[in-house]
Amino acid sequence: MARTTKKSATRKQGPSARATRAPRRRPSRRVVVLVATRKGAWLFHGDATRRTWRVDGPHFLGHIVNHLVLDPRDGRTLLAATKTGHLGPTVHHSTDLGRTWKEATRPPAFAKAPDGPDTKMPGRVVDHTFWLTPCHANEPNAWYAGTSPQGLFRSDDGGIAWEPFSVINDDPLYRTWMGSVQDGTPDGPKLHSIIVDPRDPVHLYMAMSGGGVHESVDRGRTFAPIVKGMEVVEGFDPATIAFHDPHCVRLCPSNPDRLYQQNHCGIYRIDRPSNEWVRIGRNMPKRVGDIGFPMVVHPRDADTVWVFPMDGTTVWPRTSPEGKPGAYVTRDGGKSWLRLDSGLPKSQAWWTVKRQAMTADALDPVGLYLGTTSGELWMSRDEGHRWACIARNLPEIYAVEAAEMR
Amino acid sequence: MKVLIPGPLLSYTKKREVEAAGATITELLADLDRQYPGFRFRVIDEQDKMRPHIRFFVNGEQVFDMTHSLRPTDELQIVQALSGG
Repeated sequence: MARTTKKSATRKQGPSARATRAPRRRPSRRVVVLVATRKGAWLFHGDATRRTWRVDGPHFLGHIVNHLVLDPRDGRTLLAATKTGHLGPTVHHSTDLGRTWKEATRPPAFAKAPDGPDTKMPGRVVDHTFWLTPCHANEPNAWYAGTSPQGLFRSDDGGIAWEPFSVINDDPLYRTWMGSVQDGTPDGPKLHSIIVDPRDPVHLYMAMSGGGVHESVDRGRTFAPIVKGMEVVEGFDPATIAFHDPHCVRLCPSNPDRLYQQNHCGIYRIDRPSNEWVRIGRNMPKRVGDIGFPMVVHPRDADTVWVFPMDGTTVWPRTSPEGKPGAYVTRDGGKSWLRLDSGLPKSQAWWTVKRQAMTADALDPVGLYLGTTSGELWMSRDEGHRWACIARNLPEIYAVEAAEMR
Repeated sequence: MKVLIPGPLLSYTKKREVEAAGATITELLADLDRQYPGFRFRVIDEQDKMRPHIRFFVNGEQVFDMTHSLRPTDELQIVQALSGG
């Protein structure tokens, strides 16, 4: 028997809420799932068992929301990367969990290109802010943002004013590696996967589609690529940084020297200080392959990660292989993979799950969450063994984040 | 001069018609941004170009030149062009 909260059950329109079975162990902490879509944003507040979900939204109805993130340092500040079909991109922030929103006074924007015929690099325009990452726990109110086309920005005042990293955005070599808009993903090339080492606020990673994975050890004053071992499309030279297309990179909280990557050309792991990625996706079933977009790490076990494969054959449908959605988990660092599809549709489900649209909470057992471009929000309360639908009929889902309420 | 505001920008002005001053469209937008912070960047990008789905009409005539001269008696209409579903 499905159970819904009183609020969601009485809604005349909008996403429907569904229940899942009781968990083996009842976590006492509460999760809020932040859903960013092409037409607005929603917050799903879970009860203590993650069994029922109270719907809060829409926020920014009709706005294109690429990312919605809760600040883990205060548990109440939200940042939303927004734009509309007509208006330029901006970032909104809320300090009361979305009851009120304020717009950035200086949104992420590239430097104005110098006028004149001698300009070697044309000026660029931020189409949208794509990725938001809170800075280190010891840097309250500081955030990083990645944009499309590729740009890196930082705010030190809670998302109100954003400053560009010229070392990336205006560097001739990086501009070469970024390529043009035509070299990027269908909805624009992106800078994403901005990662802060939890042990060291000056140690950063970021990735570009296209343009490779990069590391900074000086808080972004300089960056250097880390692409050794990563493959590129057949026939191209992997030594050329521009050809690398990391889709999503995640650092393991329990072992910050280990990162995992879902790439256009496979699934990888790297154990620092090594500079070489290892393609652990070779161990995935051949009929499924190791192409996809999201990469989800376990909060306490660096050997455990989840992926959600997409069809990367022929013309790249970017849908669940054979129309059968399924997550895959490894619990041994990528040596072996197990399919997890209990509760998911068994056929004719041509899902696409974008790189920001799958995530995990930090409870025990870990909850997994994913959103589809067809507007369905699914979750598992037992680390992927059993899946249930939380909501349907949402707009195209761009990003899903899970955060804990205080 | 009178400025007619399209729906997507009403979150800034709260009304369909506002008054703003400027000898050119560039100056007029600067005044609008002073009155309604953030307004300009939503319609003009960081390279000072009109955003793809924004259009300006002065006294009913479409204008693309941001240095177009304006008189206090002119009327500027900001229009949201088609941008897909």
